[in-house]
Amino acid sequence: MTTDIRTPVPTVYGDFGKKYQALWKSQIEALQAKLGSAIQEVRWPGAYPTDVPIIYVVSSSILSVLQELKEGVENNYDFLSDLTATDEEIEPRFEVIYNLASVASGSRIRVKVRLREGDEIPSATGLWTGANWAEREVWDMFGIKFSGHPDLRRILMDERWEGHPLRKDYPLRGYQIFPDTQPIHVELLKD
Amino acid sequence: MENQKPHGEFGLPPSENYTITVDVPERDHDPDDLWKDSRVFVNIGPTHPAMHGALRMCARLNGETIEKSYCEFGYTHRAKEKLGENRTYHNFIVYTDRLNYCSALINNVTYAMAVERLMGIQVPERAIWIRMICSEMARVIDHLICVGVNALDLGAFSFFLYGFHQREEAYTLIEKLCGARLTTSYTRIGGLMQDAPSGWQKDVKSWVARTREVVREMDQLLTNNRIWCDRTQGVGVFTKEQCMKYSYSGPSARAAGIDRDLRRDQPVMFYRNVEFDIPTGKNGDVFDRYMVRMAEIHQSLNIIAQCADKIQPGPVWSEDKRVRIPDKGVVFNTMEGLIHHFKFFMTGFEVPPGEAYTTFEAANGELGFYIVSKGGPRAHRMRIRGPSVWHYQGLSEMSQGAKIADMVANLGSINIIAGELDR
Repeated sequence: MTTDIRTPVPTVYGDFGKKYQALWKSQIEALQAKLGSAIQEVRWPGAYPTDVPIIYVVSSSILSVLQELKEGVENNYDFLSDLTATDEEIEPRFEVIYNLASVASGSRIRVKVRLREGDEIPSATGLWTGANWAEREVWDMFGIKFSGHPDLRRILMDERWEGHPLRKDYPLRGYQIFPDTQPIHVELLKD
Repeated sequence: MENQKPHGEFGLPPSENYTITVDVPERDHDPDDLWKDSRVFVNIGPTHPAMHGALRMCARLNGETIEKSYCEFGYTHRAKEKLGENRTYHNFIVYTDRLNYCSALINNVTYAMAVERLMGIQVPERAIWIRMICSEMARVIDHLICVGVNALDLGAFSFFLYGFHQREEAYTLIEKLCGARLTTSYTRIGGLMQDAPSGWQKDVKSWVARTREVVREMDQLLTNNRIWCDRTQGVGVFTKEQCMKYSYSGPSARAAGIDRDLRRDQPVMFYRNVEFDIPTGKNGDVFDRYMVRMAEIHQSLNIIAQCADKIQPGPVWSEDKRVRIPDKGVVFNTMEGLIHHFKFFMTGFEVPPGEAYTTFEAANGELGFYIVSKGGPRAHRMRIRGPSVWHYQGLSEMSQGAKIADMVANLGSINIIAGELDR
């Protein structure tokens, strides 16, 4: 028996968008009622080509929005799935992206912060300890500084590296050679 | 001369005359100056047989106990995210194999799903069933390697060999599919490289039956072993709260009691149409992680058996002209086919603007591809969320106050794969 390949297969990608539509609406309404001034814009899956709603937040109030999403709303987003950034090449140049997930409901949401070159953003390590390395990676790759971060060093590249490789204007070829591995940081091993 | 002991029994003068002082130099107890204390700094890695891949842990030891440590990685950084922005979507498939090289097929499948989701492509049913078999087979391989190497680190060599043999058998099946054993590159956007050869399902089923037996045997060999239990129970405990703090996912989180599996919670492909259980642990120690992985192997084998029953003949590649590589007969015999082929490989296909964060339950945990497209044949941003990064971050806290040998057990149990860690 052969199936007609043009028949839509509903389970291929799951009915992710449809399932959480009502939940997202109530959550974002509750968020806007509480922290309306912090939210610049909300992009919905139907109107924009995105899989989950994107909440654009002012960088100074990012922590209160994340805190509200983590603890305040129903079916809270307690799992920091990913923290990354993009280089948009036009000012405001960078977007820091928080992909949050909810263990209880399985729902996901995305929070973004637009930053100009040289802007700092508060660190989320107080909310999720695991944000530490992700923020270090964003600093390493994009040169975005996180204020209040406990240990903002490079993570993937050598500490003596110059430049931030995932910026769009970074050259694709080139070498930076170091004679030895980086030394132990004794100060990190003190109590 | 009087032959008389002058000073008592031991030849010492009576103590009331003077006191004995032992000349002990006073020790400098400056707590900030660690070198004068008994503690030592040790570099474990980057190249050390106990560290899986080029990982480095800088530890302050007090005797054999790790008092404080921090981890470093990035020694095999290959700039995959930058490559993702500078290669076409088709070109990037081969780079996904080198992420978690123990379960390369899951990476292939997840990447293909991520791009298909952006383009809105429906994959034919047969391709989905084969993808599911591939994913579960890769999961079995990954778990066999993880528990095998974990036991090998703690001295159980034969257990490792049992698992390794079945892994080689599985690679032979994968070789029949795509000609490669480790770096498969089997999926294509919109389908698969080629169909499974005839009789492959039968081979898969007999492999499933054999592997079931072998895993049962492995279970009998190690699970109740006294030494193994002593070395793993209560070692490397990572509680539910700690797991949530460090964004643990997959078997490591389930061992701590977090009942979360993306195959059930966020079903893609045909995971709704097969039956399987999700084993969870309670204590979150090395033993529970081992038990969860062993139970998951059985579940994965069940899924493979169900898929092999349900699979039907049919096409394995979407008919969508954007992503379908033209057949060789068309390429060599028609002008249009040749141009299509040339355009496909030299320019690449366009992906409409949009962004999606596609996740799938990989063998280690949540594997995610966050792709931002601004149109054109290359991604604007290709973020890879490897579970190993988040797991490795918790290793310092997990090993704090433990012995070095327990740190080795912890590292093996969370299954850090350097390819996925460094990207």
